[in-house]
Amino acid sequence: MIWNKEIETMSREDMTNLQSERLVKLVKYVYDNVEFYRKKMDAVGVKPEDIKDIKDIVKLPFTTKNDLRDNYPFGLFAVPHSDIVRIHASSGTTGKATVVGYTKADIDIWSECVARCFSMANVDKDDIVQIAYGYGLFTGGLGAHYGVEKVGAMVVPMSTGNSKKLTTMMVDFGATAIACTPSYLLHISEVLRDEDLLDKIKLKSAICGAEPWTEKMRHEIETRLNIKAHDIYGLSEVMGPGVACDCEYHEGLHICEDHFYPEIIDSATLEPVADGETGELVFTTLTKQGLPLIRYRTKDLTSISHDTCKCGRTSARISRFKGRSDDMLIIRGVNVFPSQVEAALIEVEEVTPHYMMIVDRVNNLDTLEIQVEIDSKYYTDEIKGIEKLTKKITHVIQQALGLSAKIKLVGPNTLQRSEGKAVHVIDNRKLY
Amino acid sequence: MTAKQLSVFIENRHGRLGEVLNVLRKNDVNIISMSLADTTEYGLLRLIVNNPESGREALLAEGYSSMLTDVLVIKIPHKAGSLQEILQIISDKNVSIEYMYGLSIEGEDASVVMKTNDLELACDVLKKNNIDTLTAKELSNH
Repeated sequence: MIWNKEIETMSREDMTNLQSERLVKLVKYVYDNVEFYRKKMDAVGVKPEDIKDIKDIVKLPFTTKNDLRDNYPFGLFAVPHSDIVRIHASSGTTGKATVVGYTKADIDIWSECVARCFSMANVDKDDIVQIAYGYGLFTGGLGAHYGVEKVGAMVVPMSTGNSKKLTTMMVDFGATAIACTPSYLLHISEVLRDEDLLDKIKLKSAICGAEPWTEKMRHEIETRLNIKAHDIYGLSEVMGPGVACDCEYHEGLHICEDHFYPEIIDSATLEPVADGETGELVFTTLTKQGLPLIRYRTKDLTSISHDTCKCGRTSARISRFKGRSDDMLIIRGVNVFPSQVEAALIEVEEVTPHYMMIVDRVNNLDTLEIQVEIDSKYYTDEIKGIEKLTKKITHVIQQALGLSAKIKLVGPNTLQRSEGKAVHVIDNRKLY
Repeated sequence: MTAKQLSVFIENRHGRLGEVLNVLRKNDVNIISMSLADTTEYGLLRLIVNNPESGREALLAEGYSSMLTDVLVIKIPHKAGSLQEILQIISDKNVSIEYMYGLSIEGEDASVVMKTNDLELACDVLKKNNIDTLTAKELSNH
């Protein structure tokens, strides 16, 4: 089912014209309203009038997550606070949040995009949709919520954290769709199995995102629950969930490219790469008012296709992600940088800053173990002293990452030292 | 009247205990008694050795987390109830035991190694009750 036939099946030529028209407006808008962009454009000698159509986008400088952090909290907003109606935030590399703001119009566009995505998963007004993303500063819960309301389906705002209640209501309400992270859905499927509820549910589709997952995992979810599972993509800086989603053919994720213009670049040369070639995904928000982004580097590695899909949509599609160009990990939906762990450990004098993060997926939930070397100068001959230290580190890490990790103390000089770039992460999840 | 205990942090990994013992062996440190407290993740090896200082230095040089602690080594006659009597005396003075393990050297008596929450008070109580303890110096002959 196609939510917005006019846009989603628009000819390439019409789409390019629409994007060109919007880009020209956007560039003038940010130049006039955001000092950061004005300075950046002036620095490379580009004026708004130099941007005449979408091809000229390559003349514009890139924006990164660091730029958002440096301008924390509201420095990149293009409108006065009175026009912002919502704030969301995600974790940054140093623990400082990346803050995003939305105007009323932004929320409407976001809802439109999410509505398109849920329609790809065959959700319509007759459906009962459980939203089991976290509600709050994270974009997942409220983002999906507004989109599903726009579709007109019955929203059940579960949020996260109570699997038992979720499965009970899934059965009692006859929920037909669910939106959550794929690992959580696998966990839910086990809860359903253990409680003998699998044949009592009416679920037909799932819209999963916020963490990378594989085709194999999708098949696993589909088989276990006898449903169709779809991959929804988004990032808070650009909007939130709903930037792209896959249709029933699962041959890449359709981008809402009338709002988010995609480019794929070579991370090293910053030059565009051809369709089908892997590179870093870059987005320009063509219509966003609150926090417009010009050529925002997502660090996600993928390839793009502009062929018309079997479903009839003409929108550009990105392939499943092939990794990231930086060392960010996504664990239980939370962005984690190894540097955050290092910064946190430096504050604990009883341990060395040597550490190893071991990420795994056990019973379909991401696990994080951090091995930390106890300092040879640290003295205790009591178990309770070591337990106390473990607790202290657990707390420090929880504060730094917003995520609980299992801390394992190891002896001094036991973690592998490497010359050159240190290896701090062992990811056993095999997601890419 | 106290002795020095050498303790080492050992994570649970195959062969790790042997590595620690090898460091002591290379440095001619003789183990008189030991206790290994284990948890799921790591162990604490507590040792009474003939030369705790050089043991600690050797372990530190090899990068092990180790320390010296003052402990009491109390002689206990081989007689039913003798340990209980001593503990009662200590307990009556409100001294608590953090941990304890046995130590055997030649002679008629057995001994226990004990760490308490108040070393000074414990020493005082033992002295007043004429309970024999072994000192670091006596242990260094082994």
